[in-house]
Amino acid sequence: MTELNRRHLLAAAAIGAGAGALPFRSARAQAANTIRIGVMNDQSGPYRDIGGPNGVTMAQIAAQEFGNRGFNVEVIGADHQNKPDVGANLARQWYDQGVDVILDVPTSSVGLAVNQVAREKNKVYINVGAATADLTGPQCSPVTAHWVYDTYMLAKSTGGAMVRAGGKRWFFITADYAFGHALERDTTNFVRAAGGSVAGSVRYPFPATTDFSSFLLQAQASRAEVIGLCNAGQDTINSIKQAAEFGLTRRGVKIAALLMFIADVHALGLEQGQGLVMTESFYWDLNDRTRAFSRRVQPRLNQRAMPNMVTAGNYSATLHYLKAVADMGAAAAKGPGVEVMNRMKAMPVEDEAFGRGTLRQDGRMMIPSYLFEVKKPSESTGPWDYLKLLQTTPADEAWRPLSEGGCPLVRS
Amino acid sequence: MDEIFGIPAPLLFGQLLLGLINGAFYAMLSLGLAVIFGLLNIINFTHGSQFMMGAFVAWMLLAWAGLGYWWALLLAPLIVGATGVIIERLMISRLYKLDHLYGLLLTFGIGLMIEGVFRNEFGSSGLPYRIPNELQGAWDLGFMFMPVYRGWVVVFALACCLATWLVIEKTRLGAYLRAATENAALVQAFGVNVPRMITLTYGAGVALAALAGVLAAPIYSVNPQMGTNLIIIVFAVVVIGGMGSILGSVITGFGLGIVEGMTKVFWPEASSTVIFVIMAIVLLTRPAGLFGRA
Repeated sequence: MTELNRRHLLAAAAIGAGAGALPFRSARAQAANTIRIGVMNDQSGPYRDIGGPNGVTMAQIAAQEFGNRGFNVEVIGADHQNKPDVGANLARQWYDQGVDVILDVPTSSVGLAVNQVAREKNKVYINVGAATADLTGPQCSPVTAHWVYDTYMLAKSTGGAMVRAGGKRWFFITADYAFGHALERDTTNFVRAAGGSVAGSVRYPFPATTDFSSFLLQAQASRAEVIGLCNAGQDTINSIKQAAEFGLTRRGVKIAALLMFIADVHALGLEQGQGLVMTESFYWDLNDRTRAFSRRVQPRLNQRAMPNMVTAGNYSATLHYLKAVADMGAAAAKGPGVEVMNRMKAMPVEDEAFGRGTLRQDGRMMIPSYLFEVKKPSESTGPWDYLKLLQTTPADEAWRPLSEGGCPLVRS
Repeated sequence: MDEIFGIPAPLLFGQLLLGLINGAFYAMLSLGLAVIFGLLNIINFTHGSQFMMGAFVAWMLLAWAGLGYWWALLLAPLIVGATGVIIERLMISRLYKLDHLYGLLLTFGIGLMIEGVFRNEFGSSGLPYRIPNELQGAWDLGFMFMPVYRGWVVVFALACCLATWLVIEKTRLGAYLRAATENAALVQAFGVNVPRMITLTYGAGVALAALAGVLAAPIYSVNPQMGTNLIIIVFAVVVIGGMGSILGSVITGFGLGIVEGMTKVFWPEASSTVIFVIMAIVLLTRPAGLFGRA
């Protein structure tokens, strides 16, 4: 009865892997007076709620609020499916078809791949969603800016806080790709510098892992005091849930969710999330300015989500880029990306979401980072009221010092 | 403390048990696939989405109707199974005379659409679903902390597999089903309504996927992608076990869960690849699968 050809099955699996590779709106031919912003992120996978369609919308909102200052702005979006080859091809296609800036690009492996293309094409690239600090380190480029967070800043803030709270012996559960590796490396440095030690680590396949209990058990066997989660999105949520399920948290093992977004807290629920510490550079309920901004944009976002660090970053980056374009003229802005980026670096960043910031020589945007604790259910007044501020790290201390990044652009 | 291959024995026992638990999901999902393939000759690529729908229906029952886990265990398979019946009647039934590839592509497309709709509606981060109060807590086995709920999953999955096997191999209904796969025209000539039987079989296979989804809801976050990662592995399980072999897919499901669990200890980076390596080896040496009839 098995006339069925197994090759059919395998062929279908291959089709499945490649499906959806097409951008959902392709850029049209270049028009001299239109600035095209391409928002590339995960529209259909585990990181969708971090940026996704809302990331595109936030760039659109920024473009609309900026208004017409002698040039038109068109915002397009596409799905990179967390695949570096898809992202790089799309970037090449976009730049060739007249897209002037590529924005967002979460997933560090894709973020680094697009970085290469942008450098090669001499076009502006503003990374908002990816974490790896290599974007402003060894891989830094004269056309690239890195906007709201990176692995160094997370490791310093969250990792530092955990070590100060007494967690000296660490075990890492790491997503096996560029992001996880960078986050583990940066956190390890801070743990060791503070007198802590690393009892072990596992690198698990991303994104094909849903059960983390095996790794949690290994962590427990290593007698670690802190389990450092070098992962993101669903993987982080599943790890935290399963750590509670297997009684690790009850036995006093602390979980360090080194990268967590408010969307993750929303999905996890406060009951399971309470007490976790996390680091962000934006929270909607931080001050009057962020509250006003967030309430204004929230009605336009999917699932009526509050803006998070990445979607707010897309807003901020779009606005700053457009200010630079207005300053130098649309025709010049369609020229070499290096000049646009230099102009962006020369201008102070200021917007409602992040306040004031500066764009450093290596492309690092300098803003404060905030350490938060997830509220208890009793402390929360409703949906999205999830975090309380523990500590603020000023902009000049939050990020890796310019001299330590190894960025070839920086020569003293 | 004793060590086996440099790994402390308690840790190894723990990992074996975890492998068995994950294997329970593989077994339940591959069971549904095997039933559908064995009797309909359709490779049901919608299976992952139907698993996901099971978990979502459980969440909806709780959030919208206040019906808890136990009701979900009963109702979610019925509801999702009913959608399966509709899909079979409206679409899949038209493809029986065509090449297998058409059925595969159709079900794959339906799966993508279902996933897309849920993603648009609920986002990708997932929704929280609690372990029911009766199954909270954990046993301390000495070598590991065993959550009661995980134990329940293994026992329940084994019972489902056994029940399905009994129905198909030992009952009159099962005999009709098996006869219909051999020669549908002849069985129909004896007065059995074969098309209806096939429709219900598809519904039952889908219900099994949904049941696995309800079981998974409290452990994994309920999200639209939850079936996608699993389904590729489950297909490998079915291929290794032998297409259409019910017992084969159950044994292979549990077995590969254990193999995967062990890989997570010795070489975690390879834990998602190991199953496909095994699949390749099995295809080279026993093309019909470990339990399949060539």
